[in-house]
Amino acid sequence: MSEQAQQSQAQPASNGGGALLEAANISKVFGGLVAVNDVSFTVPERGIVSLIGPNGAGKTTFFNCMTGLYKPSTGRVYFNGRDITAKRPDLVTKAGVARTFQNIKLFRTMTAIENVQVGMHGTLRSRVTGMVLRTPFNRREEKSAYAKARELLNFVGLKRHNELAMNLPYGDQRRLEIARALGSEPKLLLLDEPTAGMNPQESDELRRLMETLRSERGVSVLLIEHDMRVVMGVSDYITVLDHGEKIAEGSPQEVRANPRVIEAYLGSQA
Amino acid sequence: MSTAAATLRTSATNARRMLPDWVWGAIFVALAILYPYIIQGLPISNPDDLLDASIYTLGLIIMALGLNIVVGFAGLLDLGYVAFYAIGAFVIGWLGSQQFPDVAGGKGIHILTPVKSAFGSDVPGIHVNFFFVIFIAAVFTALWGVILGAPTLRLRGDYLAIVTLAFGEIVPRIFENSTSGIFGIGSTDFSNGRQGITPIDKINFPWTDTTFRYPLELKPVYWVGLGMVLFVIFLNRRLRDSRLGRAWIAVREDEVAAAAMGVNLVRTKLWAYALGAALGGFAGVFLGTYTNTVNVDQFEFGFSVFILSMVIIGGMGNIWGVILGAVALSMINRYVLKELNSVPDTFGLDFDVTSISFGLYGFFMLVMMVLRPEGLLPSSRRKLELHGEVDESDHIGAESDHELYEVRQQG
Repeated sequence: MSEQAQQSQAQPASNGGGALLEAANISKVFGGLVAVNDVSFTVPERGIVSLIGPNGAGKTTFFNCMTGLYKPSTGRVYFNGRDITAKRPDLVTKAGVARTFQNIKLFRTMTAIENVQVGMHGTLRSRVTGMVLRTPFNRREEKSAYAKARELLNFVGLKRHNELAMNLPYGDQRRLEIARALGSEPKLLLLDEPTAGMNPQESDELRRLMETLRSERGVSVLLIEHDMRVVMGVSDYITVLDHGEKIAEGSPQEVRANPRVIEAYLGSQA
Repeated sequence: MSTAAATLRTSATNARRMLPDWVWGAIFVALAILYPYIIQGLPISNPDDLLDASIYTLGLIIMALGLNIVVGFAGLLDLGYVAFYAIGAFVIGWLGSQQFPDVAGGKGIHILTPVKSAFGSDVPGIHVNFFFVIFIAAVFTALWGVILGAPTLRLRGDYLAIVTLAFGEIVPRIFENSTSGIFGIGSTDFSNGRQGITPIDKINFPWTDTTFRYPLELKPVYWVGLGMVLFVIFLNRRLRDSRLGRAWIAVREDEVAAAAMGVNLVRTKLWAYALGAALGGFAGVFLGTYTNTVNVDQFEFGFSVFILSMVIIGGMGNIWGVILGAVALSMINRYVLKELNSVPDTFGLDFDVTSISFGLYGFFMLVMMVLRPEGLLPSSRRKLELHGEVDESDHIGAESDHELYEVRQQG
C-alpha cells in the first residue's frame, strides 16, 4: 500500500486544524534495530484513537517517543500546534499529555490518594517557602488538591483511597494509574494496555470510562490495546503497526477487513 | 517473643492515644528543656560530661535530619555528607574568629558581637553574630549542595555513592590546602592548614555583648542547640508533608513514572541536595563554635558513615527514627564508651574501650541488619518495603527496566 493510498483513506474528521497530537515521520533506532520506522499519526481533538499490532510491533516505543521518555531518531511530534519532540517528560506532561504504563509503574509505598497528588504535581503552584510556612495559599491549594484527588479516585471507581498502591488488586492498580494520569489535567491521555489482566466486566467498565472522559471532560484518548472487543468498540480510528511500520489505518470496519492486518495477526497463507 | 512485642506495641499505641499529639509534643519539649536540671538529679558521677555529650549530639541530630532528606526522602545515597559539615564549619571559622586579622586595618569587623576582648583590647578579624552566621552558612552550603549535586543527577545507586564519596574527600583536602588563597586565587590563609582555625567566637545574643561561657557553663548553649533542633524538626515535618516531599518519595520509588507525572527530576533532586546540605552547614556552625575549633581532621570519611549509620539504624525516612538513631549512636560514642573505659581494667584487661568504637558500631550495624533492617523506628513505607508482601522479582524487574528509558534530566 503506497503512501498516497493511505492518505486517501478516511482520515480523522478533524485532521488539519483540529489535530491535537501530530506525530510526523517518527523513527526510533536502537543500535541496528529499527523499532519504529517512519510512522506518521494524528489524534484529533476529542478523539479516541487506537494503536494496535502484534507483540513487538513498536507500539510502546512509539508511545515513549511521544511522551519524551525516548528521543525519536527522526521525526517531530506536535501537540496543540507546539513542537514537543524530545522535550523532557515532565514538560510534555505539563503541556497536556499524560500516560499510563504497560508494566504498572505506581509509587508502590504511597497511598492511592498520594499517588494521585503526585500526578497533580505540575498543576500545583506552591513554592518551598510557602510549604514551610504553610501560607494560606498553600493551605488552600493542598486542601483543594486533596479534594480533587478524591474526586478523581471516585471517578475511576476506586474506593480504597488510603490503601497503599502495592496492596491494591491488579484491576484497581490499573484504575489508579489512570486517576494519577488524570491528575495532571491532560488534554490527551495515553493508555498503554489498560485492560491487561482485567476480566471482561472490568474491561467494559474501562470502555465506558473512556467514553465518559471524552464526553464529560473533553479528554482525547490514545489507546494501545490487545483486547479487540475494547478496541473495536471504542475507537473512532485505528492505526496498525507491525515490525515498526504502519501497515494500515482507518475506521474499525476498514481495519478489520484489511488483508495486511489479518496477515500480521494470523500469519500469511503460505 | 513477637506476641510480647505486639502487646507492647498496642499498649504503647493506647497510651499515646490518651492525649492528643500536640500534648505529647509539649511534654517532650518540656522534658528536653528541663533536661540539664534532670540529669543533675541523677546519680551519675559527672553530669557535665553527659551534658557535653548531649550538646554534641544535638548538632549530630541536625546533620542526621539533613542527610535523611537526601537519603531517606529522595533516596539519593550520599556518602560525602561530611563535605557540608566542613563547609558550614569553615563559614563560622571565617566569620567568627581572628583568621583574617588584617581586615579593616587590623581593627576587625564586628556585627553584633563584642568589640573588645575580656581584657579590654581590640579584637581583629571578622566577627559576625552566631545567629546570623548559622543562616549565612545554611545558604552558602545549600549553594554548594547544588554545585556538588548537579553533576551527579544522572547517576543512580552505587555510582552516585562513589561520586559523593569523592566529594566528601575533596572538600576537606581543598580546605587543608587553602593556606595561601583558595582555588589558587589570592594569597590569604583560609584554613591554617592542618592546625585548623581556633579559637572560634562564643555564641552571644544579638542584643547583648555578654558571650556564653561554655565549656564552663553548658546550659545556655544546650538550649540554643535544642532550639536549632526543634526548628529543623519543624522544617523537616513541613517539607515531608508538602508537594515537594511527595515528589521526593515519588522520585525514590520510580524516577521514570515521577518524570512522566510532571515531576521535574532536576529541580526535585537539587532541592533535596540543597536542603540536606543547608542543614549540614547549619549544624557545622554550631559544632564549630561549640568545639572551639575548625580542623580538617574533623572531616573524615568515617564521619559521613557515622551520620549515615544514624539514619539507617534509626529508620530511613522517619524523622523520629532518625533522631533516635542519632541520639543512640552519638551518646554511645561520646558518653557510654567513655564511661565504660574502666570496665576492662576491673577484669585485668588493658585496653581502651573508645579505641574499639568502630568495631562496636560494625557489630551493632550487623545485628541491626539481621534483626531489624528497617531501623529502630521505621517509616511505614520502609517497613512495608522490607517486610510487606513485596514481590522481589517484580521489584528487580522494575528497577532494571529503568535503564531502558532515556529520561533526560538536563536541558
